[in-house]
Amino acid sequence: MTPATMPVLLNVRELAKHYPRGGTLLSRAQAPVRAVDGVSFVLFRGETLALVGESGCGKSTTARLVLRLIEPTAGTVHFEAADITAMRGAPLRKLRRRMQIVFQDPFASLNPRMNVGSIVEEPLVVHGIGDAASRRRRVAELLDMVGLAPEHARRFPHEFSGGQRQRIGIARALSVEPALIVCDEPVSALDVSIQAQVVNLLKDLQARLGLSYLFIAHDLAVVKHAADRVAVMYLGRIVELAPKRVLFDDPRHPYTRTLIAAIPRPDPHGRAQPTLAAGEAASPGHLPSGCRFHPRCPFAIDLCREVDPPMRAIAPDHLSACHRAEELLPWEAVLQRPMAPAAARRLSLYAKLRGEALLGELEAAP
Amino acid sequence: MADAEGFPLLAIEGLRTVFRAAGRTIAAVDGVTLSVESGRTLGIVGESGCGKSMLSHSIMRLVPRPGRIEAGHIYFEGQDLLARNEREMRAIRAARIAMIFQEPMTSLNPALTVGRQITETMRAHEPSADTTALRDRAVALLAKVRIPTPERRFDSFPHQMSGGMRQRVMIAMALSCAPDLLIADEPTTALDVTVQAQILDLLRELQQQNGMAVIMITHDLGVVAEMADEIAVMYAGRVVERGSATDIFDDPQHPYTIGLLGSIPRMEEERERLLAIEGAVPSPAALPSGCRFHPRCVFAAEACTRIDPPLREVSARHWAACLRAPIDAMAA
Repeated sequence: MTPATMPVLLNVRELAKHYPRGGTLLSRAQAPVRAVDGVSFVLFRGETLALVGESGCGKSTTARLVLRLIEPTAGTVHFEAADITAMRGAPLRKLRRRMQIVFQDPFASLNPRMNVGSIVEEPLVVHGIGDAASRRRRVAELLDMVGLAPEHARRFPHEFSGGQRQRIGIARALSVEPALIVCDEPVSALDVSIQAQVVNLLKDLQARLGLSYLFIAHDLAVVKHAADRVAVMYLGRIVELAPKRVLFDDPRHPYTRTLIAAIPRPDPHGRAQPTLAAGEAASPGHLPSGCRFHPRCPFAIDLCREVDPPMRAIAPDHLSACHRAEELLPWEAVLQRPMAPAAARRLSLYAKLRGEALLGELEAAP
Repeated sequence: MADAEGFPLLAIEGLRTVFRAAGRTIAAVDGVTLSVESGRTLGIVGESGCGKSMLSHSIMRLVPRPGRIEAGHIYFEGQDLLARNEREMRAIRAARIAMIFQEPMTSLNPALTVGRQITETMRAHEPSADTTALRDRAVALLAKVRIPTPERRFDSFPHQMSGGMRQRVMIAMALSCAPDLLIADEPTTALDVTVQAQILDLLRELQQQNGMAVIMITHDLGVVAEMADEIAVMYAGRVVERGSATDIFDDPQHPYTIGLLGSIPRMEEERERLLAIEGAVPSPAALPSGCRFHPRCVFAAEACTRIDPPLREVSARHWAACLRAPIDAMAA
């Protein structure tokens, strides 16, 4: 399905969250911190949209605004056609069933005093779904769905590895049959070999249940694997939004190019790409004039210092907030050789054996 | 290169670092042999719990209690560090071997300006140095690690700096004594990717200038590929594969190395699924019999459950601890 024919699940318009910085006895109030400053995007049913950016870009604040965990300063969020920005009381509670979150830190987000069964069951209890017996059946079904065994329900979070805890968090999010799951850096706290397990699981569940994911991440390599479309954020704004392949093959914002070039490549032959952008991001409390990226941008001209560039379509499905988007040189993908023959051969042997071993095999319990 | 006397700058032999828990002896580092030469970078890769940080602390002789080094040798310029007393070790730590950590905020004193912290490090081994001279040298160091306006930053407190700037300060402190060996334990893991790229550039450049050896400890195969000349892959307290960076990436022999290469998303490649390694790293208190990787290994045979495979040379200066390597021969 192409995005144009897919129904919209979430429509976010000009969303903003400004935090006032109050004056004290001795100082006047300062300009507010513009954590999120005019963010617009849609999320289609069944797709994964990644919000990517470095610390302080506003990606997590955007996610919390979408979930109504915090109140926006301005803008609207439509979920399944209803404006949820003004929702209160019972309708809001009902809405919460439809949107769930998976947190970054599986060590901090599970109650250590509850067993896994109760953790997964809790959202069902909160929303008054089913009776004790049906909930127990549902918990067993959910654990199976995320690759855990029914007997794990009686164990406690500390008995599980990071990857398994993240599976528990996913089972819990799935319990109330949400349409949207916000995945807030779901794999960044995990070891690489475990990251792959969790990303694969999220993809399988999406295919099976038709879920939509808003995938928050700082790691473009993981996003390349997990997302359908990618929105790159910088200092409270989306600066580029495109289908994943377009974004990686023809990025049209200098910040996106900087991010892609900065990823260390697992290839000892392709070393020492010079770093594109110098310096570090400004603080969202002291924004530069004009384009927010101009102090670090190697392509900045006077226009960029003066005029804040709007998001605009530079091709169908491809938005960029750069005055010079069309003038940027053709993107030469940072070269990474194909894998050496011996490595490729062994990897495919590995894959073949894994494919067979995958049947009925679960992550071993500790 | 080995120096005139013919030994590498640092040579670790059969190192075993243990701690006692619940009345049992548990080895976090279990028979590790490695070496690094001046001007070269050794990358140590592994996931959490593989013993890589305990290894770096062992080299510094800073193993936290109740851990202790039980066996082995750590030769630094041919002299066994394990035979040194604490006073001699302190001198070596101050002037010869420096270390930087993942989270600079926890290694910097929040109550002192960064300038003061750098000059105090210098004064520790030059008690008679002149204060103004030390200040000038500290400012020059801050400039060298590319901190903008170093004269002003000299008087900043750590909390007034970003994570990237604090890591630069840590590097400046580590370099203040011109060490021969720098141990960098996940130095960029807490940083944003564009800042990480800048710090890696900086480390490479500083190494070229002063010819120090670097041991880079990381979980990130991308980072070692960018930095390391030689790589050691660790699993459950052991080195399971060791060789040049090219060997490890182009001719991986140990199934764990192959699995790690399969788990990382490659930027210029479309692949629908990542090749995960199922299961999790075993706890050092409950190690499997035979090869420690066998419960997670798709190539494991019956012998792997019984025999603990030693590191053997599979090609020149390339070692792997696997009974089944090379696995393509096995499949044929």
